[in-house]
Amino acid sequence: MKKISILDRILLLLTGLLAAYQIVVGMGNVGALAISAYTVAFGVLLVAGLLIIIIGFDVLDSPLVVIVSTIIPLSLSLGLVSQYLPSWQTAYTIFVVIGFLLVVYSRYKMEGAMAVIPLATVHGIAGMTIFLLPIIFSIQDKSPSGFFWVGIGGALIGVGGLLLAFLKSGKPILSKDIILTVLPGLLLLMTAAFVVGFAA
Amino acid sequence: MNKTKAKFRLYWPLIKSLQTALLMTTGLAGYLSARCPVATRPTMLGLALSLFLTISGSTILNMWYDRDIDAKMGRTKKRPLPSGTLDANEALRLGLIVSIIGVGIAVWMDALYGLIIFGGLFIDVVVYTIWLKRKTAWAIVWGGISGGMPILAGRALGLGTIDWIGIALMLAILFWIPTHILTFSMRYHEDYKAAGVPTFPSTYGFQFTRITIAVSSVLAAIFIGSAAYGIGTDWGYLRLMAVLSGGLFILAIASIFKPSEQVNFGLFKYASLYMLSSMILLMF
Repeated sequence: MKKISILDRILLLLTGLLAAYQIVVGMGNVGALAISAYTVAFGVLLVAGLLIIIIGFDVLDSPLVVIVSTIIPLSLSLGLVSQYLPSWQTAYTIFVVIGFLLVVYSRYKMEGAMAVIPLATVHGIAGMTIFLLPIIFSIQDKSPSGFFWVGIGGALIGVGGLLLAFLKSGKPILSKDIILTVLPGLLLLMTAAFVVGFAA
Repeated sequence: MNKTKAKFRLYWPLIKSLQTALLMTTGLAGYLSARCPVATRPTMLGLALSLFLTISGSTILNMWYDRDIDAKMGRTKKRPLPSGTLDANEALRLGLIVSIIGVGIAVWMDALYGLIIFGGLFIDVVVYTIWLKRKTAWAIVWGGISGGMPILAGRALGLGTIDWIGIALMLAILFWIPTHILTFSMRYHEDYKAAGVPTFPSTYGFQFTRITIAVSSVLAAIFIGSAAYGIGTDWGYLRLMAVLSGGLFILAIASIFKPSEQVNFGLFKYASLYMLSSMILLMF
């Protein structure tokens, strides 16, 4: 396992600070569900970053990583749907709850390809929501133009999620060392894109 | 000049600088949480100086008294007193002088503040270290109470009285201390065993210790959250505090169901970071 470097720690600390900032400033005048969902997303990012700083990359060996890394896109997408597509809020909340429970179940009770299906479906839908919703709303002038940065963050979270998911499945796209080298920078860029997008 | 430098180098390890800094931060946070109009530079300076001296003084006195058990533990046997690089009487004199100056400044600033600071020093040195530490694992409760005194004192200095928020802040520190000390005593339980110091792991076993840590983490988070709400902390900061508390709770639960040295170490470090962050948030 790659040892965590000072640069990795600095990048993760900056990620944590940006996530903490976003939790404190909130998202403006949004409903309770949206702010709760955003807080969970950035909160998980913050705590996960701190744990990697403290324990090192060894923490990524935990089987819980797949579950924890599902919470971020699910809660972020729920916040976006609740804020921008309120008529879909109930249906999407049901999807989030069932999707999350399925991912947890698949981690412990399913094996092989069957275990990947719920994970890919849940990540795919949540990831596409985070990527497309801000970009479409920006193009249609239903939100400030800078809001598209949230979509860019969504694309980056998708890349990070894919790298981690394949790594955990034992069939990494890139070598483990390369993934761990790019991960802190990727997390920082992703969080920065979210912060810029929500500030727009 | 070189002699002074050499003395300073010799004395510095006696005060456990990180622990002293963390406790000083709690005292400053307690004072700033009062949001009083007396946050002047001389008051802040006096507060910082009296806290630094009293906390350092009590730590030096603890090190002086515990030098025999420190000599039996691998982790502490290289400290200046057990290793013999510093004379015990010199350390005792230093501890007393530093403590007296610290308490003196505190009393001169405000009688109530001084009384609480003295109470913290007395409980830490006499009740915790001299009386109970070698007799019962529950001594940490008194260690926790003395650890909560700086924040109570800081708030009392700001308000001129003791209120429920000050008590809640003190209780938050009291319940945070087990998370810090018990994870530490699990990590070095062989050391403590060799020195004959009763700890929770050696008296009640590791699983009970882990459950105690989880329960005290929840209580610490509840008290710090209640105090922050009572102070009128902004919702954004309260949200951040809840997130950090959640992290502490999850790690404590993980240490019960998936115990490992890695989780224990993570919880120990995270608990310190949690307390420092919470104190900074209380200042806003």
